[in-house]
Amino acid sequence: MSATVKSGKDAGAMSGKDAGVKSGKGAGVKSGEGTGKDAKAGGARGRGVTAARRITAVRTKGGLSLRFDARATFVGLLLLAVALAAGIALIGSGDYPMTPGEVMATLTGGGDAGQQFIVQDLRLPRVLVGLLVGAAFGIAGAVFQTVSRNPLGSPDVLGFAQGSSVGALVVIVYFQGGTFAVAVGAVVGGVVTGLAIFLLAWKRGIHGYRFVLVGIGASAMLYAMVLYLMTKANIVEATRATTWMTGSLNGRDWDQVWPLAAVCAVLVPVVLLYGRPLRMLEMGDDAAYALGVRVDRVRLVALMAAVVLVASATAAAGPISFVALTAPQLARRLTRSPGPNLLPAALMGAVLLVAADWSSQRLFGADQLPVGVLTGVLGGGYLLWLLATERKAGRI
Amino acid sequence: MSRLTAENVTLAYDQRVIAENLSVAIPDHSFTVIVGPNACGKSTLLRALSRMLKPAAGSVLLDGSAISSLPAKKVAKALGLLPQSSIAPDGITVADLVARGRYPHQGLLRQWSADDERIVQESMAATGVAELADRYVDELSGGQRQRVWIAMALAQQTPLFLLDEPTTYLDIQHQIEVLDLCAELHEEQGRTLVAVLHDLNHAARYATHLIAMKDGAIIAEGAPADIVTAELVERVFGISCQVIDDPETGTPLVVPAARKPRNGGSGGGRAAAEQTTAAVAAGAPRG
Repeated sequence: MSATVKSGKDAGAMSGKDAGVKSGKGAGVKSGEGTGKDAKAGGARGRGVTAARRITAVRTKGGLSLRFDARATFVGLLLLAVALAAGIALIGSGDYPMTPGEVMATLTGGGDAGQQFIVQDLRLPRVLVGLLVGAAFGIAGAVFQTVSRNPLGSPDVLGFAQGSSVGALVVIVYFQGGTFAVAVGAVVGGVVTGLAIFLLAWKRGIHGYRFVLVGIGASAMLYAMVLYLMTKANIVEATRATTWMTGSLNGRDWDQVWPLAAVCAVLVPVVLLYGRPLRMLEMGDDAAYALGVRVDRVRLVALMAAVVLVASATAAAGPISFVALTAPQLARRLTRSPGPNLLPAALMGAVLLVAADWSSQRLFGADQLPVGVLTGVLGGGYLLWLLATERKAGRI
Repeated sequence: MSRLTAENVTLAYDQRVIAENLSVAIPDHSFTVIVGPNACGKSTLLRALSRMLKPAAGSVLLDGSAISSLPAKKVAKALGLLPQSSIAPDGITVADLVARGRYPHQGLLRQWSADDERIVQESMAATGVAELADRYVDELSGGQRQRVWIAMALAQQTPLFLLDEPTTYLDIQHQIEVLDLCAELHEEQGRTLVAVLHDLNHAARYATHLIAMKDGAIIAEGAPADIVTAELVERVFGISCQVIDDPETGTPLVVPAARKPRNGGSGGGRAAAEQTTAAVAAGAPRG
């Protein structure tokens, strides 16, 4: 199974690259020079390369038109396929392994009673939580990074993970609350953190740079509060708190799925509606204003939606690190398309989280290693690799 | 006739008042240039005219209605702006960036019409960047990049086009290139252009209507040939100079007075400067 998923990804990336080169030739704009340099740069997007992208428009007689970027559409479909494949693989893995065929059969109503129980009651909700949490982190990360115009301006860096942790820990340490109460605490913690950062960074509107600085300050202060709460906890509470803060999909059931699905169902479309103005915002406030974007409102609504998405996702699975940071960047590199790449970022987040959970179960045994540890290690490694390659290419 | 006017506006950043009780009307189909020393409020005025800065008092009117009360996209269809600094998103191509100028004409279900495509092509052709369409913006030269940004604003297809210091940070070749392009847009497409420029001689050469500002007030406005005099330059910029005819265009050309060597005391230097001013005033062809 591992081989299938991996080769699927690679094959997709390869054919995408080929398509890019071909379309460059098709347009016939300095393609000879461009591909030559491209080969030298080792296939990565090198400088001096022409970048003919296939933009297709679907138009109706009534004057409606939709714009598609061929590559971005392809990448999106590919990510969706990989996310679903990883989800099926994840359902099939555990103490009672099932083949993808059995999983599919059981999901569509087949299988015996035991398989039905394992899939429908135990593993499907876990996978759905993973997909939803990943998607929520991915799309929220893309919004944060676009608004702050900074790849490091993601919710995990800006203190939202810590804010949710403080909320959860207060419930664990002072009220000995159950799972649901902890989730509520995490949502409240995350949203209050968001509001506090808004208020502190507000000066005739929210500005990206100040938002990042205030967020980093908030992160440090909230982390101090987390440490303080840990000193107040007894050993049982402290263990529970640490497990929660690592971020895990272990034992997630339908009680986590429904609230998160509801939040995503409302807020993901809201964020997607703001995708076009967010893209304009990339060029600076003045340029966006000049194009008729209501900068302050777009920024405020998109950020608020992202804050609630992050808080809800964190409440469901804990502050799983690095997904919100890496998913938008990875998605952007695959689509090679400027803009927030909201949908690809959401799909990439879902892929990352479910694939990480599946790998950790595969490598370390069922429920041995919380997925947050793996995303942290992989995400950190990815970030270092990214910095190294970007540096080599002379882009930073 | 003026589609764009400011009536008794007070412009301020927080508590700091830049200009008070300022009124200005941009003549339709003019190439209006605003000049003045640093911190005279010229960019602030342009920001107010482009509804980027809301006046503390008074109002900016577009076609007779307060610009701040009009829907943002409606304003963006009438009035374009080239900001002082814009950020080219990472890995964006020229064609993609210019296409973003179509934003105010687009909607959720009208994302990329045939008109959009044609106008983007035309805008790139008009600014001479058509052959760069598939290049990445971040690998272009400063002058090329500025032309791409102008192409984006052109694609917006606005009858009014405001430019905030479009030639700053460019070398002389690209400055002229950008200004020639502006003059073409003004003459051939009949757009109303309003630009803030640093160089008085560029302003005098290209403007059809010149606004000279100092300390938040308009000192003089009119055709450059009518208002650019040694007295005005001294009053606005505080330098003594000669104003002669530009040998190329016949427009006023400002030649600052040479530095006087410091022989004797400060009193002597000042006397010499006064003499020069008097001589210039007497000998200048305009005055």
